[in-house]
Amino acid sequence: MIHIKRLQEDGADVLALVGEIDASSSIDLDLAIARSVGEGFTKILIDCSALEYISSAGLGVFMSYIEECKEKNISMVLFGMNKNVANTFEILGLNELLQITATKAEAKQKL
Amino acid sequence: MRTKAITRLLFTLAILMWLALVFTDLSISFSISNGLRPEIATWVPKVILNIYIVLLFYYYRFKIERDESLNFIDLLWRVFATGLIATVLSLVIRFLEYLIGGTKLTSHFLYQEFTYLINLGLMVSVLLCAFMAWKRLILYQKSKWLIRLWIAFEYGMMISLIYNSFSFPFVARYYEFILGAFVLVGLVLSGNMKWVAYLNFRQKWTGLLLLLLTIFYLFYIFLTSGSIINSLGDQHTVGIDHTYHIFILSLMIFVSIYSIFSFLVILFNLPTTSVFEQKLEEVVNFQRISQSIQTEQNEESVYNILLETSVSTVFADAGWLEITGDREQHRVYTYEITDKEASDIIEHLAKRNVRGLLEQNQDKTRNLSKHLATLKGSRFRSILAYPIYVKGENIGTLALLKELPEGFNKEMNKIVSTFANQAGISIENFRLMEEALQNERYKEELKIAKTVQKSLLPQVLEQGQDFEVAAFSESADEVGGDYYDTLKINDHQTALIIADVSGKGTTAAFHMSQMKGIFHSLAQGCIDPNEFMLRANQALIHCLERGSFISAIFFLIDSQQKLVKYARAGHCPILYYNKTEDRAFYLKDKGVALGMVRNKSYQDFIQQKEFTYKPGDVMLMFTDGITEAKNQRNEQFGNDRLAEVLYDVKTESPRKIQERLISRLYEFSGTDNIDDDYTTLIVRFKN
Repeated sequence: MIHIKRLQEDGADVLALVGEIDASSSIDLDLAIARSVGEGFTKILIDCSALEYISSAGLGVFMSYIEECKEKNISMVLFGMNKNVANTFEILGLNELLQITATKAEAKQKL
Repeated sequence: MRTKAITRLLFTLAILMWLALVFTDLSISFSISNGLRPEIATWVPKVILNIYIVLLFYYYRFKIERDESLNFIDLLWRVFATGLIATVLSLVIRFLEYLIGGTKLTSHFLYQEFTYLINLGLMVSVLLCAFMAWKRLILYQKSKWLIRLWIAFEYGMMISLIYNSFSFPFVARYYEFILGAFVLVGLVLSGNMKWVAYLNFRQKWTGLLLLLLTIFYLFYIFLTSGSIINSLGDQHTVGIDHTYHIFILSLMIFVSIYSIFSFLVILFNLPTTSVFEQKLEEVVNFQRISQSIQTEQNEESVYNILLETSVSTVFADAGWLEITGDREQHRVYTYEITDKEASDIIEHLAKRNVRGLLEQNQDKTRNLSKHLATLKGSRFRSILAYPIYVKGENIGTLALLKELPEGFNKEMNKIVSTFANQAGISIENFRLMEEALQNERYKEELKIAKTVQKSLLPQVLEQGQDFEVAAFSESADEVGGDYYDTLKINDHQTALIIADVSGKGTTAAFHMSQMKGIFHSLAQGCIDPNEFMLRANQALIHCLERGSFISAIFFLIDSQQKLVKYARAGHCPILYYNKTEDRAFYLKDKGVALGMVRNKSYQDFIQQKEFTYKPGDVMLMFTDGITEAKNQRNEQFGNDRLAEVLYDVKTESPRKIQERLISRLYEFSGTDNIDDDYTTLIVRFKN
């Protein structure tokens, strides 16, 4: 189960992920990011501080936006991951492809 | 066959009894009139008459009561036919009398006694026939109480036969009382007329006619018998007299009462027959709709049945059914109305801005007739619209039309709205069934995928000159995408792979088979691991859909140089036991999973590493199902525990290491039910 809170801060769209992302809830994540991109946001922050678990399907969602973000010049930054979640990103090498920071302040600087 | 024989026997016996009755009665009468003492006791004819009655009683019982094939009209017909035969026979005797004229013979009391006996025999026969038929009618819808009453009535009558046979003096004064009791019970029983309601209009007319004629016959026979008794007068001293016979009298009264009652009830029920028939049809229609789900193969027939039955139930002149739901294909079914007429009315109502009527989101039946009055050129003056719901969602509208103004009443409204509801349920059921079938198909598909997946994993692993390999793979209910394989390139080089396809099900199995193809074609050529990953990525980006990827580690083990070259593409890191240092640790390296970077720049994200091994070193590869396995406290098995397990069993063979690892894993999770895929590939180097 995932709950996604959305708010705008300094022109950036902030999506806070609360809970776990598995195969079924990854659809919600996909929809949330798609909406953000669709509404024309060029700065997207993903708050992962309350994200407890992410499965490969969830990682697939982030992965699928990498190219689109590049094309549309959108900067997407993930921040605040716990150790387990960060590990999952690292194992797959997604930390090489995505912008991941420890804190929100760092994330804002990267935008 | 047996019943037939019995009825024949009973009938023959009855005729014989009647002949005996004639013989004994006449001989007694003759003796008495000549002042002789009769040789036969005077009670004998009475007993014979009663035996005759009993025989006929059972004859009709077999003939009428036991014959299940008779319907109501058949029963009435039987009584009518018996009455007709009796009347005709009686009339024939009269006619003969008339032809002969007033001779001495016809006025002789013995001749009169004889004709009386003929008429009596015929009358008893008709009465018993009617009695049995009425019994069937009365007991058509029986209750316990009714059956008891009937049995009492029947047995009471039988007992009265004995009383009549011997005319006991001590009960003579209760004669009126007993007769009165029978008449009363007969009256109570005659109140059971439920069968009348089940006759249709035509049957009711037939019934009326048959009953009228039956009543006519009955009275004719009663009168004839009565008049003969009267004309016999004093001469009729000892013989049989039905006017004092309780059984015959009660029977006469009961049969007459029930015949008249039935006649009247049918007569008064005639005007309401159509209502009853209509109700019956409604029930049948209702059943048709609810059963259409079992018999019909598609939704279309449910819609058609709904439209047809609704129109016919409320006698509408026309109707249409429009399916407009968001997820439905727009369709219009019409009945006795052209599509143009229907769309004109819909348009007209829309133009008049009639809110929530023939469109979505109306929630109740609406009478739209007043809006129709303003539509010129339409023949319809009344219209009713019903919403149809499936799973709480309005999927369409049923509209019924009449040419008469104010053509629909409340009752009709209710019935059709019930129909519409039932149709909604039928369609819902229909869809649920479809879904269930789909699920079944999906499960079947998964089974196939699972078999495919299993067959993709190698049966035998290549063992090297100086290393042993063991592997284990177990998948949860769903089909996983874990893959491992080995390939001997030449005497001293072996390629190894472990991979995990993202996602599950048939697509995972499909991608796994692609991975197997890639491995077997690329590894043949003694390829460097990073080159392998680059080419594999290039091949996979064309078939992996957006969001799917494959994590993998590819190894090339060279037994001559004691060298392992590998590249890790987003897979769980390698756990390595180094015997020299006597410690287990994870190899540090970088690499992005296959399919994530969809261009040539992938080479920047993949790294080739190499190390030399010593005998006693162990290499353990796994998929995330192992480290992510959770115990009851929701803790993950984790990398550290895995490293500990390896350290504990470092000296064992790969097969043993694997067994220990799996048993530790089950121990940890506390269950035998895995909910993920576990795969391990273990290599142990030796001398």
